[in-house]
Amino acid sequence: MSNAIFRPYSESDSLRSDRSAGDRLRHRQKVREAIRENIADIVAEESIIGKSRDRIIKVPIRGIREYRFIYGENAPGVGSGNGDTQPGQVVGDAGDEGNAPGQAGDQPGMDYYETEITMEELVDIMFEDLELPALEQKKLREIPVEAERKRKGFRRVGIRAHLDKKRTAIARIKRKVATRPAEEEPEAEGQQPPQRRFPFHRDDLQYRRLVRDIRPQSNGVVICIMDTSGSMDTMKKYLARSFFFLLYQFVRTRYSNVEVVFVAHDTRAHEVSEEEFFTKGESGGTMISSGYHKALEIIQERYHPSLWNIYAFHCSDGDNWPHDNRPALAAAEELCEICNLFGYGEIKPLNSGIYGDSLLELFDQLSASNFHALLIENKEDIWPSFKRFLSRERATELMEGGG
Amino acid sequence: MIAKSWSVKDLENWDAKIRDKVEEFGLSCFPQEFEVCDHEQMLGYMAYHGMPGHYPHWSYGKSFEKLKTLYSYGVSGLPYEMVINSNPALAYLMQDNSLCLQVLTIAHVYGHNDFFKNNFTFRDTHPELTIARAKLRADRVRNYIEDSSIGLNQVEQTLDAAHALAMQCRRHTAIRKLSREEQKAQALENAKPPTDPFERIHKPKAHETPDLHRIPLEPEEDILLFIAENNPYMSEWQRDLLHIVHEETQYFIPQIETKIMNEGWASYWHHRIMNSIDLPEDLYIEFLVHHNQVIRPHPGSINPYHLGFKVWQDILRRHSDIPPGEGPEADIAPPFDDSGLKKLFEVRETDRDVSFLRRFLTMELMRELDLFEYEKEDDKLVVSQVSDDENWENVKATLLKNVGMGTTPVIRITDADYMNNRVLYMTHEHDGRDLQMEYLEKTLGFVYQLWGRQVLMMTVINDKQVLFSYDSDGLSQFKK
Repeated sequence: MSNAIFRPYSESDSLRSDRSAGDRLRHRQKVREAIRENIADIVAEESIIGKSRDRIIKVPIRGIREYRFIYGENAPGVGSGNGDTQPGQVVGDAGDEGNAPGQAGDQPGMDYYETEITMEELVDIMFEDLELPALEQKKLREIPVEAERKRKGFRRVGIRAHLDKKRTAIARIKRKVATRPAEEEPEAEGQQPPQRRFPFHRDDLQYRRLVRDIRPQSNGVVICIMDTSGSMDTMKKYLARSFFFLLYQFVRTRYSNVEVVFVAHDTRAHEVSEEEFFTKGESGGTMISSGYHKALEIIQERYHPSLWNIYAFHCSDGDNWPHDNRPALAAAEELCEICNLFGYGEIKPLNSGIYGDSLLELFDQLSASNFHALLIENKEDIWPSFKRFLSRERATELMEGGG
Repeated sequence: MIAKSWSVKDLENWDAKIRDKVEEFGLSCFPQEFEVCDHEQMLGYMAYHGMPGHYPHWSYGKSFEKLKTLYSYGVSGLPYEMVINSNPALAYLMQDNSLCLQVLTIAHVYGHNDFFKNNFTFRDTHPELTIARAKLRADRVRNYIEDSSIGLNQVEQTLDAAHALAMQCRRHTAIRKLSREEQKAQALENAKPPTDPFERIHKPKAHETPDLHRIPLEPEEDILLFIAENNPYMSEWQRDLLHIVHEETQYFIPQIETKIMNEGWASYWHHRIMNSIDLPEDLYIEFLVHHNQVIRPHPGSINPYHLGFKVWQDILRRHSDIPPGEGPEADIAPPFDDSGLKKLFEVRETDRDVSFLRRFLTMELMRELDLFEYEKEDDKLVVSQVSDDENWENVKATLLKNVGMGTTPVIRITDADYMNNRVLYMTHEHDGRDLQMEYLEKTLGFVYQLWGRQVLMMTVINDKQVLFSYDSDGLSQFKK
């Protein structure tokens, strides 16, 4: 028998031979596609707002399984035991099969049905799906950050406190070298040239130049207004939450500093925490205008429109006290004036019976271009509705660009 | 891992000792090549079935990611070795392993090498062409991807479908497939009335001419090949892709069919070799640890190394002339002219997992291994039968169904022109196990995609015959 050949390890080979890179990339693309197809479900199920972008969520994936003919439920298997296995004993979970190591390639095996992605990736995929080319182009509001200055270059004049000593000293040495008479140079060795004083000159002085820091500061605030009157049940709140989630994530992609405000109202409005907002049930009637006024008040106090991009959205089931309709419309108009985008979502789950009232007609009278009213009947509606809602903003952008 | 404690020179020295033993014991191997690689490369080889050149497909990327995840979370370790059936045999050694593991691996690899060379199922795998063929397939696929009139998406679609059906092929590769002409001749032969010595007094039976135009004449298991040859609307490159996938599956079937035997055989020989090459004590103790790790039972499932190793040892014990002695040494080193050893070499040549276990897995051994049958009940796996006097044969029967290609349902094309309408009619040979419905639907979709016309499939679900149909409207069902 001839000698065996040993090929030693070579690091350069290893670096060159990332052979699966192309196939891994293709696989990831497929994962992304699968996520995109299921995005409506994922969005509707995720619990959400204000969660860290690095948070990892598990996403079920259909569509990247490798199908083939396999046996189903009634196919028994054989295993080995510890010596005293008895009939009826439970030996494992039905989902665990095929995970035995070292069998890749020759067993049908089970595919993994879940993948993990970060919120960040999920949001990226969501907005890829929106196909909003204008998204990046919108100018951020330039907001001078008051009382903040930053260094920018140097200058010859300034106050003593801004004097840059090192540069000044260097400037003096440069000047000294530059003004040295030429004939002095070939000095005989050993002879010390007489020390001459070479004082600082005004030209040497270098002051740090400070300018007012005007940087494109981008502040966004999402104002979630929700009707928490007795008629808003869990299902409705759940749909509302999904919508708010999308809005929040959208605004996050566009502004560096984003805050969320939750306003819950029945006949009176309160600012509440996220948890209270979605869980706390209130009772009684509905006065939408109260919610709008509260929102206006909060904007007035903390989010001045010249500093903040304001996105307000209101979810309700359309039940309002009739005498409140007029004030509500007036308040909505006011909100439209100061918000980038203001929306009203009427949530009427299909199986929730018929409610007499709808505010959609009322809001038809509102002609502001950055207002959008929409109807959400089930969770599949959320994503398309959201797309339509955003298309409003696109329209405004175009108008702004034209004007 | 600790700093590398060995050099290639060390490996060569140990390899020389091992090869002396390999020859002495009568193993007959292909020339052997070893390549030292790191864990990333090893994962890469694993994802691509060990092939140095392999065509690209996203599923290998998925496989790589999965292996890497399992590895980095410590769920599974890497195999110490990976060896492919080629001539010269090619094996990969992991850079980070200790000297002991490398020596163990080398000994193990010679076991596989001998098995590949001598087992009957590998006769037609053309090991001398393995690597060249894989590269050639890879080149063909890459050419189609780069061809601007075809492109990645189309190639991928066809490969997706082909992969779904790849395992639906003839599993007894050692039996020659009859050509269509031979099938015709056979059909005519079968249709002839038997010779009757009393034909004068018997009433002549009506002679039935077989339908020689029927396609296929015999039910056909090679679904990919059949579609490639009988779908006139398929482009040449698609046909070629189907052939590529088919060819690759054919190459791997012997390995699937002999997993338990092969791993058991290699484990038996590494054990015996390692015990005969005078390892220093520290290496020997480390070896015992690794050996026990490899052949330990996996409670709840079957470890092919464990089962194979036990059965080979049992064959040796039962067929030896000399009565088994005491202690482990007796198993390890019987004399070489022993009839038990002869039996081992004979079995390694003539069997595959199904026949190997059927012939040599005894009730006593099954009890020793505590083999049991389990079934799914709700979300749990529950033991249904154990290897006691009444049930051990049932447990064994279930085991036989679950080794090698037994985990792939047998599906045959029975008619390619059903109702004279080019409808593809397939039959599932039901053996008590129903097909998984979701997978059935998706896979039938792939058959439809390749065949380009309605596909029917007869199977049994919940003890009722069901005929499924897949056409442009998706899956539907005819009740019988």
